[in-house]
Amino acid sequence: MNDRIGRLRIQSLQAVNCISAERATLVTRFYQSAVANEVSVPVQRALCFEYILKNKSICILADELIVGERGPAPKATPTYPEVNLHSLQDLEILHNRKKVSFCSDEQTRLAYAEEIIPYWRGKTNRDRIMRLLPAEWQESYKAGIFTEFMEQRAPGHTVLGDKIYSKGMLDIVNDVRSVRDSLDFYNDPMAFEKQEELKAMEIAANAVITFALRHAEKLEDLAAAETNPERKMELADMASICRWVPAHAPRTFHEALQYYWFVHLGVVTELNPWDSFNPGRLDQHLYPFYHKGIEEGILTRDRAIELLQAFWIKFNNHPAPPKIGITAEESNTYTDFSLINLGGVKADGSDAINELSYLILDVIEDMRLLQPSSMIQVSKKSPDLFLQRAIRIIRTGYGQPSVFNTDAIVQELVRQGKNIEDARRGGASGCVESGAFGTESYILTGYFNIPKVLEITLNNGTDPETQKLIGLETGDAAGFTGFDKLLDAFNRQLNHFINIKIKGSNIIEKVFANHMPAPFLSLLIDDCISSGRDYHAGGARYNTNYIQGVGMGTITDSLTAIQYHVFDKKTIPMQQMLKALQHDFKGYEDLQYELVYNTPKYGNDDDYADHNLVSVFEMYYNAIDGRPTPRGGTYRINLLPTTCHIYFGSKIGALPDGRKAKEPVSEGVSPVQGADHQGPTSVIKSVAKIDHIRTGGTLLNQKFTPAFFKDKESIIKLAQLVRGYFRLDGHHIQFNVVSAEILRDAQAHPEKYRDLIVRVAGYSDYFNDLGEDLQNEIIRRTEHEVL
Amino acid sequence: MLPEGLIFNIKRFSVNDGPGIRTTVFFKGCPLGCWWCHNPESRSGETEHVTITRTLHGREFCHHEAIGKTVTVEDVLSEIEKERVFYETSGGGVTFSGGEPLLQPDFLVGLAEACRIRDIHTCLDTSGYCEPLLFRDLIPKFDLFLFDIKVLDRSKHILYTGYPNDEILINLRQLDCSATGYIVRIPVVPGINDDEGFRDDLKKLLETLTMSRKEIHLLPYHPLAKSKMKMLGREYKMSDSSELDQRELHKFADSFQQAGYKVKIGG
Repeated sequence: MNDRIGRLRIQSLQAVNCISAERATLVTRFYQSAVANEVSVPVQRALCFEYILKNKSICILADELIVGERGPAPKATPTYPEVNLHSLQDLEILHNRKKVSFCSDEQTRLAYAEEIIPYWRGKTNRDRIMRLLPAEWQESYKAGIFTEFMEQRAPGHTVLGDKIYSKGMLDIVNDVRSVRDSLDFYNDPMAFEKQEELKAMEIAANAVITFALRHAEKLEDLAAAETNPERKMELADMASICRWVPAHAPRTFHEALQYYWFVHLGVVTELNPWDSFNPGRLDQHLYPFYHKGIEEGILTRDRAIELLQAFWIKFNNHPAPPKIGITAEESNTYTDFSLINLGGVKADGSDAINELSYLILDVIEDMRLLQPSSMIQVSKKSPDLFLQRAIRIIRTGYGQPSVFNTDAIVQELVRQGKNIEDARRGGASGCVESGAFGTESYILTGYFNIPKVLEITLNNGTDPETQKLIGLETGDAAGFTGFDKLLDAFNRQLNHFINIKIKGSNIIEKVFANHMPAPFLSLLIDDCISSGRDYHAGGARYNTNYIQGVGMGTITDSLTAIQYHVFDKKTIPMQQMLKALQHDFKGYEDLQYELVYNTPKYGNDDDYADHNLVSVFEMYYNAIDGRPTPRGGTYRINLLPTTCHIYFGSKIGALPDGRKAKEPVSEGVSPVQGADHQGPTSVIKSVAKIDHIRTGGTLLNQKFTPAFFKDKESIIKLAQLVRGYFRLDGHHIQFNVVSAEILRDAQAHPEKYRDLIVRVAGYSDYFNDLGEDLQNEIIRRTEHEVL
Repeated sequence: MLPEGLIFNIKRFSVNDGPGIRTTVFFKGCPLGCWWCHNPESRSGETEHVTITRTLHGREFCHHEAIGKTVTVEDVLSEIEKERVFYETSGGGVTFSGGEPLLQPDFLVGLAEACRIRDIHTCLDTSGYCEPLLFRDLIPKFDLFLFDIKVLDRSKHILYTGYPNDEILINLRQLDCSATGYIVRIPVVPGINDDEGFRDDLKKLLETLTMSRKEIHLLPYHPLAKSKMKMLGREYKMSDSSELDQRELHKFADSFQQAGYKVKIGG
């Protein structure tokens, strides 16, 4: 990277994460204004958005090429009091906690105490949701059976398609107007609602143009005051770019990047959507501008790299907005899950990899930033060269890019009902979730703790932690006459809790549709404009709700242990097993040893264990897949944990696989930490026994020591390993490249490893920012040492 | 009935024993007694019983384990077949190693022929210590040989391995005259063959061969076998301070590269 990018990068790395009360103050003032209460909800939201963008401070830093910040400065993080309200105590905790802290100054706390808290207390969307959720939901939630994504952040979970690269906001406003003009108030009972939504969209589109013009004005002022003639010209150029985009379709590489960035800021300012926002197939979208720029001689390869690097830094300036309460361990990270896709196939099915795909890989390697995350899509048509290039970056040990199977993603999306072109324009976002980019709202509703359901089943519906009866009374486990009886009870219990989860999600979905529409986001995702419906109300072409299953390895090994020892070998009576669990194996150490060491385990390509994985998968799939959501979508499954397997583990007592109480459960579809001992091919064979095509994403984590990447031949073999997994329809694989010694040393001397990034689960994080238990787990994960 | 054999391990995702992603079948039993042997548990042609200690939450548990298992060709084939997808994506296959697979020729041939029928690439990792007439007949059964050269001086060979190397050198020449490709593998052992003299002798020997692949692999010595020997209750003849000088290893690699060989460290 050149000096300028080096300076910007250091500035981003050194910026301190803090809370900015600016947005919260503006939102509070807007809601107190007369106009806020005289208009429909969508228009109110759009006017609120406009008010923020007209009044928030404009931040342009020295050296910058791409401009615009979500807060007043890099890492100054806004809050969203209309969604959830931070208490003064929350601010205090965020300020003081060791991991993932956000500082707040006196002024911020004062604004919260005097203005923000008094207005929003009891009136946030979260308050609304919590008042509506039934008692059974609350109990299951507290018991750690599932989490809820939408209580503190807005749905989002979507990715931009190619729309903005051919249409300016003014063109989009024209589309909005033409739909509005053709509303049929005589025959369409929804016409009024559509009119209000479309009005809101137009306000939102114009608001972001105004926001860009404010940047143009500031850039012109800076240009006038600038003494360095080179920078003066650059600032003037940037000003004219901000006068052109987002109002008009971009003409150059620079304009395309700046346009996306304004759109990104719009989405993350309107609300705090999950996974922030994401340009998706960046190499595809930018290639025409790159090609044209090079052909016309107005762009060089070096300049394109510099602009991309400047763009990368903007993402790194935005940590995920902090949550409220102290439930941070559910998913505790600065990462905001903007996952840039490279490679894959084009809408016509041909190989999509181009020169820019490789160039962006160079950028990723050079930048070594936490955000944005990056991934490559590998189809059967992708050249090995591309995969090997990516693995050479993975080798450097910073966990990116992760590797996805395009052919699996396309099949998953087509099975869900997308047309083939929309499926091929898609990819994966967030951690590993499949989606049709630009046309789908695919909401992750929460994690589901599958092993906890077994614990409750073994306790006849009672949660042993609280001794409360929260599940079905499926019978005394000691009375089960066969393994099938246990499976049947588990299945009924599973459906019981899935029903509760879905009931809650359906309520929350309506609350967002009715009270928290997102007119700006709706401009970007087809077919919200043509249907006149908000993104949160089913306006997108495709609507999907996921429930993310967690602990597949732990549940498989626990069921297998019961099947093996209680029913097949009859070496441990169920009564004794239950006693041992109840005592967390205290006094039952020999039994625990048998469970841990002398029991078939998932991850070793052993059908005895793996068939239980398949049974649980089918139960989970049947309990969820195909059920309708209020906005006209469908529930689907995926299998990923982020860091939730730690929280879920903390809510479960001892389990039959020999796991002690409160230890983490397994993550993604990976085997229980340490249970696989036959190497990565066996893990892959085991994992591939479930039908990944019927999910919307699975996560497989494989940790390799650097020895695996030692030379060209090793890299080729890893690429071939990936090809093998993908031939078996595997969805995603990620490599953690690091030695346990390095990690232990990093734990002992964090100061020496401030830049150490490890792959956690679907994303990378600074090792230092992980809690000690998560650090320990990463150390423990099987190292596939080759001697 | 297909023959049975004694093996002590089947290792999947083996990436250092031939091309592509492989499954390595470790035969139990070896005629030689190399001082530095990395797999001392492979030497005895009998099943051995050892006790190992495992810990769980700070408590120690004794575990009795049998090293060596009598298996049929079908048993091994079903394990080999599990990895087919990876052989196909990587151009890999199966490697027979040990121990010395040639000590169990019927079982070995049974496996090799079954693999050939199933179009699975086979590689034989051998010390070459075998009756030459038998060796000649076995050559065409495999797709590739990994042929060990440890020590060239006859008396030193007797000292360090227990046997002379006459048959080994004859078998190397037989292999060289055949249509089957081979890679020469040298365990580089401190104080035994990490000197210039050995390198020169080896170079001279290889120059007399056709060696269609012109590829050698250097396997650096590692004292990991010490604890295994202790577990097995055997004497470890390498001295405690033996450590391979990485510079000598690289000198070795460089000198053969300059002579036009493809050299790989670590196999």
